[in-house]
Amino acid sequence: MAQAAETRKRGKDPEIVQESESVQMPEAAHPGGTNQSMTREQLAKAYGDMLLIRRFEEKAGQLYGMGLIGGFCHLYIGQEAVVVGIQSALSDGDQVITSYRDHGHMLATGMEPRGVMAELTGRSGGYSKGKGGSMHMFSKEKRFFGGHGIVGAQVSLGTGLAMANWYRGSDRVCATYFGDGASSQGQVYESFNLAALMKLPCIYVIENNKYGMGTSVERATASHDLSINGAPWGIPGAKVDGMDVTAVKAAADVAVAHCRSGAGPYLMEIQTYRYRGHSMSDPAKYRTRDEVQKMRTERDCIEAARHTLEAAGMGEEEFKAIDVAVKARVQEAADFAQSSPEPDERELWTDILVEG
Amino acid sequence: MTTQILMPALSPTMTEGKLARWLKKVGEDVRAGDVIAEIETDKATMEVEAVDEGKLSQILVEEGTDGVAVNTPIAVLSVEGDAASEGEVANGKAAEPAAPAPVTAKQPAPEPLEDHKVVADKAAAAQAPAASTATAPERDWGPTKPTTVREALRDAMALEMRADDRVFLIGEEVAQYQGAYKISQGMLDEFGPRRIIDTPITEHGFTGMAVGAAMDGLRPIVEFMTFNFAMQAIDQIINSAAKTLYMSGGQMGCPIVFRGPNGAASRVAAQHSQDYASWYAHCPGLKVVAPWSAADAKGLLRSAIRDPNPVIVLENEILYGQTFECPTDEDFIVPIGKAKIERTGQHVTIVAYSVMVGVAMKAAETLAGQGIEAEVINLRSLRPLDTAAIVESVKKTSRLVTVEEGWPYAGIGAEIAMQVIEHCFDWLDAPPVRVHGLDVPLPYAANLEKLALPQPSWVVDAVKKIV
Repeated sequence: MAQAAETRKRGKDPEIVQESESVQMPEAAHPGGTNQSMTREQLAKAYGDMLLIRRFEEKAGQLYGMGLIGGFCHLYIGQEAVVVGIQSALSDGDQVITSYRDHGHMLATGMEPRGVMAELTGRSGGYSKGKGGSMHMFSKEKRFFGGHGIVGAQVSLGTGLAMANWYRGSDRVCATYFGDGASSQGQVYESFNLAALMKLPCIYVIENNKYGMGTSVERATASHDLSINGAPWGIPGAKVDGMDVTAVKAAADVAVAHCRSGAGPYLMEIQTYRYRGHSMSDPAKYRTRDEVQKMRTERDCIEAARHTLEAAGMGEEEFKAIDVAVKARVQEAADFAQSSPEPDERELWTDILVEG
Repeated sequence: MTTQILMPALSPTMTEGKLARWLKKVGEDVRAGDVIAEIETDKATMEVEAVDEGKLSQILVEEGTDGVAVNTPIAVLSVEGDAASEGEVANGKAAEPAAPAPVTAKQPAPEPLEDHKVVADKAAAAQAPAASTATAPERDWGPTKPTTVREALRDAMALEMRADDRVFLIGEEVAQYQGAYKISQGMLDEFGPRRIIDTPITEHGFTGMAVGAAMDGLRPIVEFMTFNFAMQAIDQIINSAAKTLYMSGGQMGCPIVFRGPNGAASRVAAQHSQDYASWYAHCPGLKVVAPWSAADAKGLLRSAIRDPNPVIVLENEILYGQTFECPTDEDFIVPIGKAKIERTGQHVTIVAYSVMVGVAMKAAETLAGQGIEAEVINLRSLRPLDTAAIVESVKKTSRLVTVEEGWPYAGIGAEIAMQVIEHCFDWLDAPPVRVHGLDVPLPYAANLEKLALPQPSWVVDAVKKIV
């Protein structure tokens, strides 16, 4: 591992990123946004999708502050390029599963912001009728399988979703997201072994946002290169700049093609950063405000996409139109989330078992 | 236009906090994400970030103020295109606090959902025994043949797998080895490696994988070499399989069977001998069955495989080789949730499940020789529990003895006794008595092991205490 770290510092791998004092930070892999994985139209769509997640999460934070959202609420702000980049490489029928930091994933799969926000406020119009909350939402229609509150559990479950594809002989793949924190759970490696043994079409996406709650990745794992954590089982891995949506898309294209071809699982370590605390009640004393501010000002994924689009000739009016549309959707979601009634008291006793 | 900045809730339990410090002054520009204040909550000092952009036009709560309730307006922000209020600030006139944003007004007051007693009564109603079930006679399935429990389990799986391609068997040694206890003997030959799947020794991983496959519509049968090993995977069984239907508002179920031997075998000591009946029966979202006879095994396993919910099938290694008469009818099935009266009697009701049904039957024979007619109820299902059958029997006998192999504390016997107390206390002529495994980790030594597990004589003694 020490050797791997040395190699990184010498900068032999252009995809590999550098660190500030203690924490490795994603830096631009392709300054100037020259990555060609997306057309202008695709990038414009990705920009809008990322902006939707950002504005949605800001609104969620606001509603939390007002006491309209209870319990735990984990915001995705900063990491938008990861899920938008991966999703843009997937096709209809592919499955998605993730942890409790799931709002962005749901919006990326096309789930309705109003249904997600209403679940956050615990209302009957929420995706789980108000019975799941922030961490537990699902959409059969959009092939989104949660929303799981137990760190690492979704990795085995996602392996099972991939197994269902294998069992049916279909060429669908499952994108299984987890964080750098979850990557220390034992079942992750049990899953890697099973997926590699059975050649399951599972894309393991480690969203390395540098901190598992308050513990930096350096303090949490002796493996300082998560992208090679599948190597003992022959699972190919890629380290990706998660603040550049085009880089994520390019890497995801390779991963999806690998899994769809029947070659077995694929691992992506996507280096990203969350601007907000682990959850709403995180005082975030484990990192400096400068570190956060540096990422926000220098590496923001939405700003980066904007610059690339501007360079490609996208005008102010087009940006404004996206902005207005996004704001309207988020406001509509927030309004719905407050006007939708609380679940009927009879709901307490439904959905415990499937009847019949 | 102005927006009020409200005292935010910064933790799930925060109702008020101290406004420790303002980091922005009146007149300063604020960008989304800027830290504007520090607030001391019940847990920590937290930074408050601005959500909207604009100019801080007024501070309503001075720094150092204690006990500021969540949602109290603490400052006013003038947002873009609001020349008027900027002018006012410039003139030194503080803008009047704007009316609270409509969203704030709509905030629901945290009312108690329902009176405690009303909820409790509804719960009781939901779980109340249907009076008719106990009286429905066990269906006569016609001709039978001697069958071992082992064969019955295999036949059940094979029949269901022939009928439904979504059903598959996964576990350690289930395929090439033909099953650690030979339950899946011959199944690899018939169904091939796609449907009879050997796994590495990785309970947590393969259980989670099977649960995931079930969430996407397959119907896995997960074989645990013993339920002792399922403790490695119990998070996936409870948190993922049992709770997802509820947490998804009914969207996503988990049709899956977890099966394998449970309880003591013979001389395998504490780590391989535990009875998990009360562990699983405790959890809403699961069904739990515990067959005794070959017919129970075959009929209940078929029901479990067809059930759209997660079902725990607690088998017993000692029973695998025992032979019982089992119906030969192709369609034979036993519904989940129905107990069976294995022997009728009027002096005492003995309730048992799994291997303890045999112990209870032996005791009943002994008692009959002494003029005491015991009614023996084979529970078959532990969740849902056939309370109606138990209550009906106790109303007849007025005495209850429960028999289980597991530990007594918070056990199945405790639950049955409580159900009887709740539903037919007035019919009881004596306190219920529990027969159970001793409250110790099961010892290895032959003599000690025998002392720790219920014997027919224990049941006889228990009955004689109250008859």
